[in-house]
Amino acid sequence: MKTDIIVGLGSCGIASGAQEVYDFFEKNIGGSDVALKKTSCIGICFQEPIVEVVINGVKTAFGKVDTAFAEKLLAGVRSGRLPETNRIFDDEGTKSFVGPQVKIALKNCGKIDPENIDEYIATGGYEGIKKALAMTGDEVIALLKESGLKGRGGAGFLTGQKWAFLKGAKGDKKYLVCNADEGDPGAFMDRAILEGDPHSVIEGMLIGAWATGADEGYIYCRAEYPLALKRLKIAIEAAEKRNLLGDNILGSGKNFVLHVKEGAGAFVCGEETALIASIEGKRGMPHLRPPFPAESGVNSKPTNINNVETYANVPRILTSGAASFNKYSYGQSFGTKVFALAGKVKRVGLVEVPMGLTIREIVEKIGGGSSTGLPLKAVQMGGPAGGCIPESLFDTPIDYASIGATGAIMGSGGMIVMDSSSCMVDVAKYFLQFTQAESCGKCTFCRIGTKRMMEILERITQGEGTMEDLALLEELADVVGKSSLCGLGQLAPNPVKTTLRYFRDEYIAHIKDKKCPAGVCKPLITIEIEKEKCKGCTACSKVCPVQAISGSVKQPHVIDPAKCIRCKMCIEKCKFGAIRVI
Amino acid sequence: MKDKCCCNGVLDEAKEVVAHIGGTKDRIIPLLQEIQRRRGYLAEDLVNGVAEVTGIKPAEFFSVGTFYSQFRFTPLGKNIVKMCKGTACFVAGADPLIDAAESYLGIKSGETTPDGMFTLEIVSCLGCCSLAPVVMINGKVYGKMTRARLTQLLEEYRK
Ligand SMILES: Cc1cc2nc3c(=O)[nH]c(=O)nc-3n(C[C@H](O)[C@H](O)[C@H](O)COP(=O)(O)O)c2cc1C
Ligand code: SF4
Ligand code: SF4
Ligand code: SF4
Ligand code: FES
Ligand code: FES
Repeated sequence: MKTDIIVGLGSCGIASGAQEVYDFFEKNIGGSDVALKKTSCIGICFQEPIVEVVINGVKTAFGKVDTAFAEKLLAGVRSGRLPETNRIFDDEGTKSFVGPQVKIALKNCGKIDPENIDEYIATGGYEGIKKALAMTGDEVIALLKESGLKGRGGAGFLTGQKWAFLKGAKGDKKYLVCNADEGDPGAFMDRAILEGDPHSVIEGMLIGAWATGADEGYIYCRAEYPLALKRLKIAIEAAEKRNLLGDNILGSGKNFVLHVKEGAGAFVCGEETALIASIEGKRGMPHLRPPFPAESGVNSKPTNINNVETYANVPRILTSGAASFNKYSYGQSFGTKVFALAGKVKRVGLVEVPMGLTIREIVEKIGGGSSTGLPLKAVQMGGPAGGCIPESLFDTPIDYASIGATGAIMGSGGMIVMDSSSCMVDVAKYFLQFTQAESCGKCTFCRIGTKRMMEILERITQGEGTMEDLALLEELADVVGKSSLCGLGQLAPNPVKTTLRYFRDEYIAHIKDKKCPAGVCKPLITIEIEKEKCKGCTACSKVCPVQAISGSVKQPHVIDPAKCIRCKMCIEKCKFGAIRVI
Repeated sequence: MKDKCCCNGVLDEAKEVVAHIGGTKDRIIPLLQEIQRRRGYLAEDLVNGVAEVTGIKPAEFFSVGTFYSQFRFTPLGKNIVKMCKGTACFVAGADPLIDAAESYLGIKSGETTPDGMFTLEIVSCLGCCSLAPVVMINGKVYGKMTRARLTQLLEEYRK
């Protein structure tokens, strides 16, 4: 009897304690009949740590595994009777989380050992490049165009078209770059692919190199992703040994060398021209286009840049055909999109959905709706360049044009769900603070304009805003967008614009009523003890950092608003729900 | 005070760094990354040493170094506390946690305590949004953090 125990060791699994579980198995597994393996993130974050047991090809997956459960599991493996609990696919929640999903880019994530090239090959890996090598570059490009694959890094440009530009560019030296800088501060799709299936990205690039004539490539990856970097390097080395990278690849005469370049923490380096400057060792400042990278990119040579998820889709399109991809469609969007679903939903994780599924289906079916019991208010898509889509528009389908029409953007895949406890002015401030700090400073409007906008938002959240401020904010949002050189400045006003469009009443409440309806902005809230509910247990007064609470035992307590710094510690402590925000 | 023998030591180290990474201009970022890996920050003596060995002006190294947030110019504390302020953690209440850490340690984010025990940093998405809000101390992730648990944790790391 052949038995495998497979532990999910993605970043999120490790954070939940998967390494301890792995170590436990390693120490206690004994004998040779049971093999211990590792895989990466399967995307079902809310069930981590996840362990899969495969006996004679029959798989059973267990969730929320700690070392105590691991002991039971091992006993079950030995006795042939696996535990009946913690089986994730018996769980209705997991079923509705997985049900609507279609895995193309994430096909192998959480299924194979990303550090073992043979496991990738066993799933049909590197068949795509073999197929491509039997075709001409133009045929590969035509196939890609037919599939309808668009760039998954944000802008959504037709990938086949981009490749055609590079192929058509004059020059004997051409570069292919993978953008793995993943700058959206609430997203981890690309990291999951790099950690879970690095060969799919390498193979996608290889196919691109064949189609376009590039012979050198870079994967520009954030330094903050040490595990992704490690696995990329292992994968590249393994591919080189199999003659899948290097000279005369698989006897085709094609050469392609691939390097990994570590980013150094600048959001603007996700922008194509800044990324190129950074690869060349310079400060990552964007420059005016044209010239476009396809004419003059890395070392002034023709260059094409695609996102991680974009490349990961390519081998699958080659092996299964364009129709296997574009059969999922909505309007002019084809295939699937990966999202990092997070925030106030019951089930969070990495999800891949076909185009056309609605936001509501993602939030309610996959995500299971509100995790707090509070009503949901908005979904933020596209990170600092995107916007907040209100609950009333949750029936919007996942499609570049439909999402764009709301004022948000499809973006790279960040999807954060917010409930009524989020203040939308505060949310706008959060994103603007991010872009403002990341502005490279080259354009006046991006540098100074975002600062002025930030000051206005500060004023409003302090209760010092005026209605004229709102008009000024809108005017500034407009000029910053129009007068900035690169996407960072052009899109920076989006979070402000969308919140002004859909949550204007919240701005007005801050300005006119001097109230923060969500109870977030400190100068606009008061913390109060409800006399009737207070049991006089004194717990709150012990935790108050500024001794603002007084009262004797078993007597109702009171808060001195002059002393209170609105830290809400007392609220967390009160077991009787007697303290409220007004 | 730089005595000669120490300078030579630095030059030797600089030569090692350049031999390992390469000394052309397109290697400036990897060179800085290597210096920071060795010293924990961009130590001026080693940057100058590498500049001398490569023949690239020190100003070019510092110009690139100041652009990227990864690089620091002061030594790190013994314990590195990274507070996640990615969107998911922000929505889950990262701000009050950051306030709590700052007031407990008596420093602002980006700073190191005078006793060199802690460096406090704000980072974006650590990739475990399901555990938001998240704090990472010396590479270990702590999820579903509360202010009470955070101060308790910092207390333990202080020992
Ligand atoms: C400020 C800024 C940041 C960006 N960050 C990223 C990023 O982190 N990852 C990414 O793939 N694309 C990012 N982009 C988009 C890229 O510039 C580029 O459009 C993309 O990598 C092209 O690949 P695609 O066609 O496969 O989407 C960013 C753009 C801007 C303006
Ligand atoms: S828009 Fe902003 S980030 Fe982009 S080049 Fe101008 S100043 Fe730099
Ligand atoms: S909110 Fe904070 S400062 Fe105000 S009474 Fe409660 S514990 Fe004290
Ligand atoms: S913790 Fe709650 S019940 Fe206890 S004294 Fe404070 S307000 Fe009253
Ligand atoms: S399941 Fe691995 S990142 Fe969540
Ligand atoms: S936002 Fe904090 S871990 Fe993702």
